[in-house]
Amino acid sequence: MQDTRGQSSRDTACFRTRGLTKVYGSGASAVHALRGVDLEIPEGDLVVLLGPSGSGKSTLLNILGGLDRPTGGEFLFRGEDLTRASTRALTLYRRRHVGFVFQFYNLMPSLTARENVELVTEIAQNGLSAGEALELVGLEKRADHFPAELSGGEQQRVAIARAIAKRPEVMLCDEPTGALDSATGIRVLQALKTVNETLGATTIIITHNAGVADMAHRVITFSDGQVGNVRVNTERANPEDLAW
Amino acid sequence: MVGGGRFDMARLVPRKLDRKLLRDLWATKMQAIAIAFVVAAGIAVHVVAAGMLDSLQETRRAYYDRYRFADVWAPVVRAPDRLLADIRDIPGVAAAETRVTSHVLFDIPGMDAPASGQAISLPDSGRPAVNHIHLSEGRLPRRGQRDEAVLLDAFARAHGIAVGDTVSLTLHGGRESLRIVGIALSPEHVYAVAPGQLVPDARLFGVVWMGREALAQAVDRDGAFTEAVVTLEPGYPEAAVTGALDRLLAPYGAPGAYGREQQISDAFISSEITQLSTMARVLPPIFLAVAAFLVNVVLTRLVAMERTEIGLLKAFGYHDGDVVWHYVKFAGAIGVLGLAIGLGLGTWLGRQMAVLYTEYYHFPFLIFRLEAGVYLSACLVTALAVGGGGALAAWRAARLDPAVAMRAPPPPDYSKSIGAGLTRWQMLDRQTRMVFRQILRWPGRSAFTLAGVSVSGGLLIGTLFFLDSVDVMIDVYFNSANRQDVSVSFVEPRSREAFHSLRRMPGVIEAEPVRQVAVRLRHGAAEERTALSGVPRGARLSRMVDLDNRSVEAPPGALVMSQDLADKLSIAAGDRIEVEVTEGRRPVFELPVSAVTTTLVGSGLQMEIGDLNRLLGEGRVLSGASLRVDAHETRALYARLKDTPGIAGVSLQSEAEDRFVELLDQSLGTSIIIYTGFAALIAIGVVYNSVRISFSEREHELAVLRVLGFTRGEVAYVLLGEIAILTLLALPVGALLGTGLAWGFSQAMSSDLFRLPFVISPRTYGYAAGVVLVIAISSALMIRSRLDKLDMVAVLKSGE
Ligand SMILES: Nc1ncnc2c1ncn2[C@@H]1O[C@H](COP(=O)(O)OP(=O)(O)OP(=O)(O)O)[C@@H](O)[C@H]1O
Ligand SMILES: [Mg+2]
Repeated sequence: MQDTRGQSSRDTACFRTRGLTKVYGSGASAVHALRGVDLEIPEGDLVVLLGPSGSGKSTLLNILGGLDRPTGGEFLFRGEDLTRASTRALTLYRRRHVGFVFQFYNLMPSLTARENVELVTEIAQNGLSAGEALELVGLEKRADHFPAELSGGEQQRVAIARAIAKRPEVMLCDEPTGALDSATGIRVLQALKTVNETLGATTIIITHNAGVADMAHRVITFSDGQVGNVRVNTERANPEDLAW
Repeated sequence: MVGGGRFDMARLVPRKLDRKLLRDLWATKMQAIAIAFVVAAGIAVHVVAAGMLDSLQETRRAYYDRYRFADVWAPVVRAPDRLLADIRDIPGVAAAETRVTSHVLFDIPGMDAPASGQAISLPDSGRPAVNHIHLSEGRLPRRGQRDEAVLLDAFARAHGIAVGDTVSLTLHGGRESLRIVGIALSPEHVYAVAPGQLVPDARLFGVVWMGREALAQAVDRDGAFTEAVVTLEPGYPEAAVTGALDRLLAPYGAPGAYGREQQISDAFISSEITQLSTMARVLPPIFLAVAAFLVNVVLTRLVAMERTEIGLLKAFGYHDGDVVWHYVKFAGAIGVLGLAIGLGLGTWLGRQMAVLYTEYYHFPFLIFRLEAGVYLSACLVTALAVGGGGALAAWRAARLDPAVAMRAPPPPDYSKSIGAGLTRWQMLDRQTRMVFRQILRWPGRSAFTLAGVSVSGGLLIGTLFFLDSVDVMIDVYFNSANRQDVSVSFVEPRSREAFHSLRRMPGVIEAEPVRQVAVRLRHGAAEERTALSGVPRGARLSRMVDLDNRSVEAPPGALVMSQDLADKLSIAAGDRIEVEVTEGRRPVFELPVSAVTTTLVGSGLQMEIGDLNRLLGEGRVLSGASLRVDAHETRALYARLKDTPGIAGVSLQSEAEDRFVELLDQSLGTSIIIYTGFAALIAIGVVYNSVRISFSEREHELAVLRVLGFTRGEVAYVLLGEIAILTLLALPVGALLGTGLAWGFSQAMSSDLFRLPFVISPRTYGYAAGVVLVIAISSALMIRSRLDKLDMVAVLKSGE
């Protein structure tokens, strides 16, 4: 599987972490959000990250996305060590390679759907057009509406369009369906799957919905700041067939 | 009692909302302090102005009272002592005193310029019933000690003369040497101004007090007096007493009794106090209004940012009233802080200013007073501005449905407007387009920033304007209306011969004769005393000019009058006016006023000198002259003037100009600087808040931009670009506002002494713009460091 999707001959993994730790605060009140995470995520995989609340999923995703820095350990993106990268290097990393989707859509309220997407295409090097990106998520008809005029699910799809418009190599989604009903959630997951397949973006999805795991290549279960279990699906389900 | 305690206990537990209040205040402490500054500046200006003014007026009143400052002066050439009883019998006279006065010319070693002055007699025993002096050092002259004298404090200080020193002077044509036994302050000479001069100069005008007998003998007035001074019964009309005095003293060469309004020192102080009080009346309300408006704007924006939270509170079941009360308390805390700073600072500064002015006027003591009403009105205005602002903003937010409040409002769609065209203009880079879009999408927010920055800039221009105006006023007066270097005045009118001898003196390049008489003008019921000057046709040195610096001359037989006099007498060009000469045979004429012109400094009444001589039925006589002098030969000229008999005073224009500038710097200048300082404080509070709130409003969006891969620089550009554009737009708007404000001030502020022309120099616009820019840039830099620390992760945990 890796042979068909892998792009790098030096290191076939898109992400690799070794002994990654993250400690918030210090002394008695210190919170150990990550307690040594060793992980390898191959290029082009669609990964689902499961785990109880507070187990450190978001913390890991934020570090992988270059939004936050680990306290210890190592983190490599395509073999490049980003553990101690400068702020500027992390910014450029996000800008060039990473697309984010969050539970809260975080759209710009003063920009229309199209403009929200253009925000990213303007700084991307060879992205999709805003129209193409919105078409991929089935929102071309609502392009000129403001976020306040869209439903939650529609806003989330705009957020996905914004994330994919730059043709990211990595898609990081933190509970993208957390605030949505099942039908809407499925549309969103379909959109993510399409992106993973058409653009070949390595995709990590955090969810509390164990059923979603069936659409993944790889399912990582997190507990107490560590990787508990990694399962590779041989059979993958389509989003519309998921048990919600 | 125990049972009832439970209820009270519950009330003692701090409500959660109050805890939120404290957290909110803490989180916005910089902004809260900045708003408090704006409140404080408004309040402080109000308190300073009132405190200083109250104290100054009260101190002057007490000084005049304790030292029995005269209400009326009645000079005569020579009147017998026995008239004192008659004067005391005049109805309305509370106390009266007669005295001998005389012109003197001092000979101060090491000083080229001649110093003129006055010798005044003191009773040989006891204190004068009117016009006490305040001995700051030494003692009064002893009876029989003819060479003992007390010297005016300011003059003594200016020349370093101390008790025990000897001063030589020319008195009644003879040289005298006087031993100084005391130094004194006098309510009559708070300002020492030489006769016919505009500007007080402590160096050039001195007063010596001598024993009555000694002075009378020296000036040949044995058994006679040259001036009666009286105080009035409280509330008694001055005109009745001056009339009676004039009738009584007319046979003794009286030019006419006059009141405090014409007493030069008091006229000066009154004019300055009027000036200060006008300022104190006009400026503080504007400061308060501006502060109130700006506090309102800032609070509205602060509360508007809390929309979501207000929605939440209401969703939880809080009443509208609870929500409004919550924000009123928030605003109230800021208001109380501002009020405390403002009252404290204002009271302290008011006192400092009063001390300063007391020293400046040489009052022997200071009474500091601040009326309770001042504090009360300060509290009231603050409550209205701050509480009202908070309540209004909160009310607007509280009225919303919780669901609507929790959602950001959709911005109006401007996609079809011209502005939108601009935002899509491909020539602009994408961030710049974002900046424009942001401004246009939220016109309300942009307008708030614009209003805050421009109003505070305007206020700065409005206060700095005073300095420009005073500069022009001085320039016109000294370099256009009065271009002579030296003015000479004679004790008595002299023949043409005296003029020729002046013209032949060393260093004199140009000379013009001046004939000056005291007159009383009447038009309808209005009456004014002033001096009528006769100047030659085509006068180049001392003349009347209009606002365009063009000379305004009187046609044969007519008068030219300054606007302020014309206003008081309700006269327009072309009217006729009754002119009573209050000297000599006291003839009365009716003369046409050919032109009325605005003079910036002092008032003026002129006609052609030959016409005036003819009217008075005299030969070609003059009472003084204006001279233009070669700067290299002034020493020789001064030496000659000192040795010339019959000269009452010599004044040096260049020194007068310096003194005048100094005078204005010290009196008006101090106030202007304080007002400008407060305007700057308001600008700091407002501009910082505008910038800071812009940041808060957009913090979430900016963090999202960072997540999306925008660099720090790009994000900073998006925010600061917006602030920069709004600030740059605010500059011309502020300039316009400031110009309007300055115009209003120039209209409101004119006194007998001077009128403020409406001129604003480019420098003032530059300063105001500079101050606003510096504040905006430093605020932006402070924000910039916050931008760099944006917490992306925290932002993602919450939706907006
Ligand atoms: N800024 C912070 N300061 C202190 N502790 C933090 C901070 N952020 C996260 N934590 C703690 O780190 C731990 C992991 O948090 P994280 O958000 O990664 O959990 P999660 O697995 O994403 O949970 P959820 O499923 O509820 O989103 C938690 O115990 C949390 O309390
Ligand atoms: Mg999480």
